[in-house]
Amino acid sequence: MTAETPTGRPDPRRRRSTAHKLLRDPQAVVTAGLLLFIVAMGLLAPLLASHGPNESSLDHIDAGIGTPDYPLGGDHSGRDIWARLLHSINTSVVSALIGASIALIVGVAAGLVGGYYDRARSATEWTFSLVMTFPGLLLLIVLMPLTGGDFRITMAIFGVLLSPGIYRIVRNQVVGVKNELFVDAARVSGLTDRRILARHVLFAVRGPVIIATAFLCGSSIGVQAGLAFLGVGPATVPSFGSMAAEGFQNLYIAPLQVVWPSLVLGTMTASLVLLGNALRDTLEGATRRPSKVAALKAAKASAVDDASSALLVVQDLAIAYPTPSGELNEVVSGVDLRLEAGETLGLVGESGSGKTQTAFAVLGVLPPEAVITRGSIRLDGRELLGLKESELRGLRGRTIAYIPQEPMSNLDPSATVGSQLVEGLRAASGVSRQEARERVLALLARVGIPDPEHTFGSYPHQISGGMAQRVLIAGAVACRPVLLIADEPTTALDVTVQAEILDLLRDLQEEMGMAVLLVTHNFGVVADICDRIAVMRDGRVVETGTSLEIFREARHPYTRMLLDSVLDEETVRTDPPAAASPMAAVAESAGKEK
Amino acid sequence: MLLYVIRRLVSGLVLAVLVTLITFLLLAPSFDGIVSNRIGIGVTSEAVRALKADMGLDRPVLVQYLDWLSDAVRGDLGVSFFSGEAVGHTVGQHLGVTLSIVVVTLLLTVAVSVTLGVLAASRGGAVDRITQAASLTGHLVPNLLIAIALVYLLAIRLKLLPATGFTPVTEDPAAWARSITIPVIALLVASVAGLTAQVRGTMIDELRKDYVRTLRTRGISTRAVVLRHALRNAAGPALTVLSFEFVALLGGALIVEKVFAIPGFGSYAFDASLQGDVPVIMGITLFAVLLVVTINLAVDLVNGWLNPKARIF
Amino acid sequence: MATPLLEVKDLRLAYPGQGFRARPVEILHGVSLTVGEGETLGLVGESGSGKTTIGRALLGLAEPSGGSVVFAGRDITCLPSKERRALARDIQVVFQDPYTSLNPSLTIGDILSEPLIVQGATAKDARGKVGELLDRVGLPADAAERLPREFSGGQRQRVAIARALAPEPRLIVCDEPVSALDLSTQARVLDLLIDIQRRTGVAYLFISHDLAVVRHISHRVAVLYRGDLVETGPARKITATPEHPYTRRLVLASPVADPVEQERRRAERRRLAAEAAPDVA
Repeated sequence: MTAETPTGRPDPRRRRSTAHKLLRDPQAVVTAGLLLFIVAMGLLAPLLASHGPNESSLDHIDAGIGTPDYPLGGDHSGRDIWARLLHSINTSVVSALIGASIALIVGVAAGLVGGYYDRARSATEWTFSLVMTFPGLLLLIVLMPLTGGDFRITMAIFGVLLSPGIYRIVRNQVVGVKNELFVDAARVSGLTDRRILARHVLFAVRGPVIIATAFLCGSSIGVQAGLAFLGVGPATVPSFGSMAAEGFQNLYIAPLQVVWPSLVLGTMTASLVLLGNALRDTLEGATRRPSKVAALKAAKASAVDDASSALLVVQDLAIAYPTPSGELNEVVSGVDLRLEAGETLGLVGESGSGKTQTAFAVLGVLPPEAVITRGSIRLDGRELLGLKESELRGLRGRTIAYIPQEPMSNLDPSATVGSQLVEGLRAASGVSRQEARERVLALLARVGIPDPEHTFGSYPHQISGGMAQRVLIAGAVACRPVLLIADEPTTALDVTVQAEILDLLRDLQEEMGMAVLLVTHNFGVVADICDRIAVMRDGRVVETGTSLEIFREARHPYTRMLLDSVLDEETVRTDPPAAASPMAAVAESAGKEK
Repeated sequence: MLLYVIRRLVSGLVLAVLVTLITFLLLAPSFDGIVSNRIGIGVTSEAVRALKADMGLDRPVLVQYLDWLSDAVRGDLGVSFFSGEAVGHTVGQHLGVTLSIVVVTLLLTVAVSVTLGVLAASRGGAVDRITQAASLTGHLVPNLLIAIALVYLLAIRLKLLPATGFTPVTEDPAAWARSITIPVIALLVASVAGLTAQVRGTMIDELRKDYVRTLRTRGISTRAVVLRHALRNAAGPALTVLSFEFVALLGGALIVEKVFAIPGFGSYAFDASLQGDVPVIMGITLFAVLLVVTINLAVDLVNGWLNPKARIF
Repeated sequence: MATPLLEVKDLRLAYPGQGFRARPVEILHGVSLTVGEGETLGLVGESGSGKTTIGRALLGLAEPSGGSVVFAGRDITCLPSKERRALARDIQVVFQDPYTSLNPSLTIGDILSEPLIVQGATAKDARGKVGELLDRVGLPADAAERLPREFSGGQRQRVAIARALAPEPRLIVCDEPVSALDLSTQARVLDLLIDIQRRTGVAYLFISHDLAVVRHISHRVAVLYRGDLVETGPARKITATPEHPYTRRLVLASPVADPVEQERRRAERRRLAAEAAPDVA
């Protein structure tokens, strides 16, 4: 909950209507315009072409382009290619409408019901897994005796075959939304299920369904063309597929005949896919962009006065993230820290203060988009900024180690606890597999895990949060690092477990003589374990001092404000309940202090 | 584990029975047409009725289905109405042709998509942009058009490969490889596009997870973290997509077979369906469903092996 | 003592077990507690103790497998959904996570007027009431036009409190309402809750894992441990002189924000632990 987001406060300007955003997206505008144009051409076919799609004339067999009244020439039966092309558009559009709407109606309805009502889910799941088992195209062919090849009936069946995809999207969304607290809150507010579905659930489904619709139309058009290409359906129905098939037969004589239907068909499906993608970007935010895992943009370490013999010296460190507009937004602006060997420094601050970012910078594991704009991080006199990933790797685990906040998400869910620790130990120290295994088992025992052998072979989801945190501590101290960076190591744990973990950390520190940089927002934890404290606010260190100094005579007003906010032992509620019952009043009067 | 497999197999069989039953019921109304098809045009309705009785098509539909089912269980799928050949044998033969194309495509899809997806997700930059553009192009064009374009380019224009026809692998492996090259490429484009996008997406999500950072802080190389940990966790959703692609490939193969005049499952099914050859249609449906059930089971088993949390056995 | 506003008796709750032929897992093993009119009962427990489940059972979001819940003299343990909905007038909730408890696509005004309209208010009346509600939780009136994502965690929690206040309920279940907030925000939201209680006489069932927070707002405190209520009493007594060994452990494990005092407390906790397991020491 206290994780720091580098993106900063939401920008009110981002509140734009979806339609407005779509209109500003050239990809959406161009593809939608193209589609509208094609559809309009189809609708106006009787006006634009001088022949019917099935009118054949012996004089115009394989007529060339530009033949009067036959703008694109004639096919091998002497029919007007231009007219057939325009009428084929209508076939495609009808196919898309039927296929997509059937898939949407069936999929959305079943998805809402199956997602919202737990009791109905197994039935819908089963039905749709049955539908998914039909190999679509094959089934449509197999059912030709039933459909007579009529493309409308065929597309209706295809719509049903497409519906599992929609069902899954809707069901997943609904299940996700249903467990959201705001749906619970709506229920507590007295809303009926129908109203909750309509108002709170359907909105979440809206985006993905709109996107999927574009793809549904695309695949309906593609399948209809494919079937017609195979020869399903009467020859009198003009279709890109049958035109392509005929053109394909004629490939050696008139190669262009296959090009026209392919061109229009390709344009339609491509526009639908591109439109779908544009919709996705607009409705779901920009696509996830990867960036090189290890690469970190860092400015050359600034020259700094080198008078310190401390273990870790951070000077004038600044970290920034690019904003959507391309500028850099600083989240850490000139942090100075100093940590002596064997000492514990508490880095304290509220969410967004930049404390975790500072810790990640020392470890060299900032997110790839982060930029270190200036500053210096020196460990034992050696500058860390600007080191290559391979050089940093040599330090990690052996010299600097890390304990994360959330124990569960920091273990690979599909590798056993033991194998993860062994891998880390071997990477950092290069010992044999057998030796690594023995050392890991000893470590697990050392961090207080009752049955090391059993935990070694367990998967993360099979152990408790407290155990997982002990495992992570074992992983961190496996190579006796000089500096341990602990990022809110007890925040996710229960108080009683927190006390045990803090004890463990203190013991390990004494035993191994490590320095600890402890990032936390909890002054109780700081009071328990830290020698010195640095208070951070808005990317800067506002005050540094020994624990006693900070707690007893803090100078900076922000520190004092924070300490005043701590709910200490003395804050006990003493006023009686508003409509006090006599007994409670008596009980409360026993301790009147505030 | 064994219990789980058995349970899944049983439910798969139930599914196969249901699908064939539905197919049979859907076909039943067209039996009249089928019979007159077989006799030819212009016969008396009496002759049709006689033949129908002769073929056993006048009995209640359910009885006919059960009859078919009990034979099928014993491995007898009947004979074709028209050619008189044993359905089980011919379906198997044609399916083999199609499967050889689909399986090769599937294997190549996995190899290409995983490589591209992982590279795009972990390198970013130019690799990623090229991958995304390629994957989008694959989505854009129906594979019917890709097949036509390839035939025109590779076979007719450049004369590099045979345009049509098929050589069984048992006859001449080299000729077989040449004969399926264009069909496989035609199918590959779309399936690689789909799977690459999936692998890339899940890998990006996976690489942003906390455990990736933590493993890195232990001194484990980025490469090992990506390949040994992130990829394994990203494989689950990708496998699910792969099982859908298998079904899609079966469909795509039908069209590609037609373009390249390959005597596969598709043309066989098409002819049978056109004639209303009920035993053949039923045989094809049964084979297809069993195939899909098997693939889904295999995917679930691999998924369970990869992801201990999903282990239901 | 007069009839309490809420009386929970021997509440049991079990979830169906995971997997084949698994037995149901009982989360609550017969919990009894009362909340008086205008009173705050703090419910403390660690993760998995069942504290959130109690709240959900009261709200009708989880179905008890035994025991009874009596609200204002009426048994509400298992109400038909229509009557349960009508109860929204009297029992409301504030959840832990202010980020997921507000529908991200509705404006604050819509979020606040929804419960009012459901209870039969006209759209116009609801609008007017929204302004009043915002004022009561210390948010500017123009907040009604904005979306949840434009607000910080503390502000969102104020919106959630305003939503709970909308039908003027007699009891609000507060499920860890300040755990997701920063220290300084935490104190301000707690003070707001206390202030509202003084003015309206609403009762709170205040669920939290944090003893310090509970102590700050509660008249009485109940300690929950693995589905059983181990100790109930006035806030001061529970935190100063706990009787049950678990409560004692809990109190000693909560660190104090003072290095000297904390060192003393740590020593005492370790001594206690050593006494409990002499063979280990």
